[in-house]
Amino acid sequence: MSTTLNINGQAYQVDATPETPLLWVLRDELMLTGTKYGCGIAQCGACTVHLNGQAVRSCQTPIQAAQGMKITTIEGLGGTHPLQTAWVKHDVPQCGYCQSGQLMSASALLATKPKPTDQDIDDAMSGNICRCGAYQRIRAAIKDASGQAPAPAATAA
Amino acid sequence: MNAILKTPKTGSRVATATRRGLIVSATAAGGALLIGCSMGDVLSLGARKPDFSGLGPFIRIDPDGWVTVFNKHQEMGQGNHAGLAAIVAEELDADWDKVRIEAAAANAKVYANTLMGVQGTGGSTAIANSWMQLRQAGAAARAMFVQAASTRWGAPVKEIAVKDSVVSHPASGRSAHFSELLPDLARIKPPAKPTLKQPKDFTLIGSDRVRRKDSRAKSTGTQRYTQDVHLPNMLTAMVAHSPRFGGTVAGFDAAAARQVPGVVDVVQIPTGVAVIAHNTYAARQGRDALKVTWSDEKAEKRSSDQIMAGYRDIAGGKATVKWHVFQTAGDAANAFGGDVFQTAYEFPLLAHATMEPMNCVAEVHGSKVKLTFASQIQTLDQLNSGLIVGALPGSVEIETLSAGGSFGRRGNPTSDYVAECVHIAKHVGGGRPVKLVWTREDDMTGGHYRPMVLHTIAIKTDKDGYPAAWRHRVVTQSTSKGLPGAGAFDPSAVEGTKDSPYLKATPVVDGQAYLADCPVTTLWWRSVGATHTAMAMEHTIDQLAHKAGKDPADYRRELYRRAGATRHLAALDLACQKAGWGQPLPAGTARGLAVHESFGTVVAQVAEVTLKDGAPKVGRVVCAIDCGVAIARDQIAAQMEGGICYGLSAALYGAITLKDGVPEQTNFDGYRVLRMNEAPTVETYIVPSANPPSGAGEPGTPLIAPAVANALLVLTGKPTTSLPFVKA
Repeated sequence: MSTTLNINGQAYQVDATPETPLLWVLRDELMLTGTKYGCGIAQCGACTVHLNGQAVRSCQTPIQAAQGMKITTIEGLGGTHPLQTAWVKHDVPQCGYCQSGQLMSASALLATKPKPTDQDIDDAMSGNICRCGAYQRIRAAIKDASGQAPAPAATAA
Repeated sequence: MNAILKTPKTGSRVATATRRGLIVSATAAGGALLIGCSMGDVLSLGARKPDFSGLGPFIRIDPDGWVTVFNKHQEMGQGNHAGLAAIVAEELDADWDKVRIEAAAANAKVYANTLMGVQGTGGSTAIANSWMQLRQAGAAARAMFVQAASTRWGAPVKEIAVKDSVVSHPASGRSAHFSELLPDLARIKPPAKPTLKQPKDFTLIGSDRVRRKDSRAKSTGTQRYTQDVHLPNMLTAMVAHSPRFGGTVAGFDAAAARQVPGVVDVVQIPTGVAVIAHNTYAARQGRDALKVTWSDEKAEKRSSDQIMAGYRDIAGGKATVKWHVFQTAGDAANAFGGDVFQTAYEFPLLAHATMEPMNCVAEVHGSKVKLTFASQIQTLDQLNSGLIVGALPGSVEIETLSAGGSFGRRGNPTSDYVAECVHIAKHVGGGRPVKLVWTREDDMTGGHYRPMVLHTIAIKTDKDGYPAAWRHRVVTQSTSKGLPGAGAFDPSAVEGTKDSPYLKATPVVDGQAYLADCPVTTLWWRSVGATHTAMAMEHTIDQLAHKAGKDPADYRRELYRRAGATRHLAALDLACQKAGWGQPLPAGTARGLAVHESFGTVVAQVAEVTLKDGAPKVGRVVCAIDCGVAIARDQIAAQMEGGICYGLSAALYGAITLKDGVPEQTNFDGYRVLRMNEAPTVETYIVPSANPPSGAGEPGTPLIAPAVANALLVLTGKPTTSLPFVKA
């Protein structure tokens, strides 16, 4: 069965059953592997993408629900997004496996709240698990990218 | 050192004769078939001649001027690559912005971890092991460039300078980039003993310039993990495993699974039944449709509560076992009369729960094996894979990828998931690539946990309240079952208790441990023995200090003085000073202190803790670390931040419980982990040191549990006797 998906501004014809999770179509069919599999039950956020600008878990999004919507993945964030620049500046990633999802959640946050408070960050980012525990740097990078003073110094003295 | 001193082969104009001569000497040092003496020699059997293109197996310098450092260690997030590259760049005086890092091939003869005897990463050894090796490699390469320039320009060696990959002779104003001098290196003999820099002359090491090289790839979704490997004609497999440890396949019905579109084959392998499909989703659906009946004849059927009850019986003398004596001092028989302080701590099973669940890609063609995955102990993965197909371990090729976390999980003596993948790829045959994917549920219920542990402690104190006699019993499971060459007793079970300055400062010590056997598979988990010994020692010390009416920091200082533990003392003082130890806090907030040495690194932490709805909430953590020479300061800080989150996650919530032998937690909904809103703010301070570097990946993890427990002792007056703090 063929479904048309609009991903990162490009139309893709996908041959998969309608209930197939978007995650596996992105990763296995379209080779957009920046979006990660972490838990499969929308608990970890590693698979986060945007549907019409909203952060969703692609592991729990059947492709039929994404049809006709604007899908954005980490590949579509552009590479020069202020958050990506801040991520590199703060050396946020450790293993890095969760970071695509972290960036997609953070970019959806900044799109609606350009100057998020700590509470806003907690609310928007608590669905994204980082087992390496890079949370402090994620917070600092979000603050930095949104033109706010980063949280207290993280680096070694 | 011979092995690293080779001239460039690719992309340069090296004279063939000379090159051949050097490569021959390389072969002698890194050769394929050697009569085994060390483990490295035996396990490298079948290894191809190492490729010494460039300046040996650790450094390659290309005509475009880029310096490539080969990392024989696994990059699993700990950032070792930054430190390793900086060590080379420092001694080589290379342009840091033109230094990159690549994973080394699997070849124990060349790339063995000198602290392990096999090629592998663990025990926070990457920097410690490679420190001298890479300094010498960098210094030797630098000396060759200097010699080449000296010869070319007819200038004395001592007048030649090197900076940012440019060799110059200031007196004559001549200069040349490394890349321009490459052709001349063929005529240069590497120095037998290269001169190393004095640490005071380091300009890159310890500077803020030493940063990760992979942040960009990891912030753009372009970093390649095992999960992302797509090879032509590749199949994807999932395996149905026994719900109970030790269970085996009694029978299976694959009819429905084979009906699932995309499913190619269903095959029984030693650990279960594999469904092989064209993609991940089909493999998952096929496995869901598979019906397997299991034999539990040899399986573990006890619940974790029953296992712990058994440990209590052993520690309490109700069950007779043969104890392993790990430390004794003085006359223990008569030292425990009268008033004795007694305490006990119980620790649950812990899953590593890496963000990237276990996976592997294998191609098997006859006895030829190629693996593409995040191998952590390449030599053992080669050995275990070779055994399956009848190949010499050294002939198993591994392309090592970065891991989406490991925390010890991927360093497995039995190569569990790797072996599964090789079995399936062997069945598929013809060299067709097979990617084995474990779901989160497979990963979390798949064992190789931090074992359950019971510590029981009895202490007789002297008139000043310091320990006069210390009896310590540890009951747990080995973490290294299946490790070639491992002894009967796993020393990691008591590391951190055995080596503790507190026991050193105690005149009478009676320390014994027992390792119970059990089908539940166990493994090292970030900081290994310290995951429980740090809690047992540090929380006990605070209880003794409170009992003696002494400040816990002062109480420790006295014991460190008695034990001669100067590094512990320095770390404690730095952490306390930065944390404002002793200064007032808002009502309802308390500080907890812990100090612990693991893997040669001493860490002190002060945590500020409040109680929120009965559960501890950690705000600020001040961390002091002595890891010798600090190479990548920002990455040391990152490891303290991350290690504290990892340890706090387990301390607050971490527990795999077994019901009738079956793990009750299957995903992140049941196995709760630390999230953004619960993460503390960590400040890291590094104790200045000129000692050789030790590790930073693990030592930050084990202290946060006792630091929080010690703060709770202040807040509630009650000791913590089991983890996690928050019961399910």
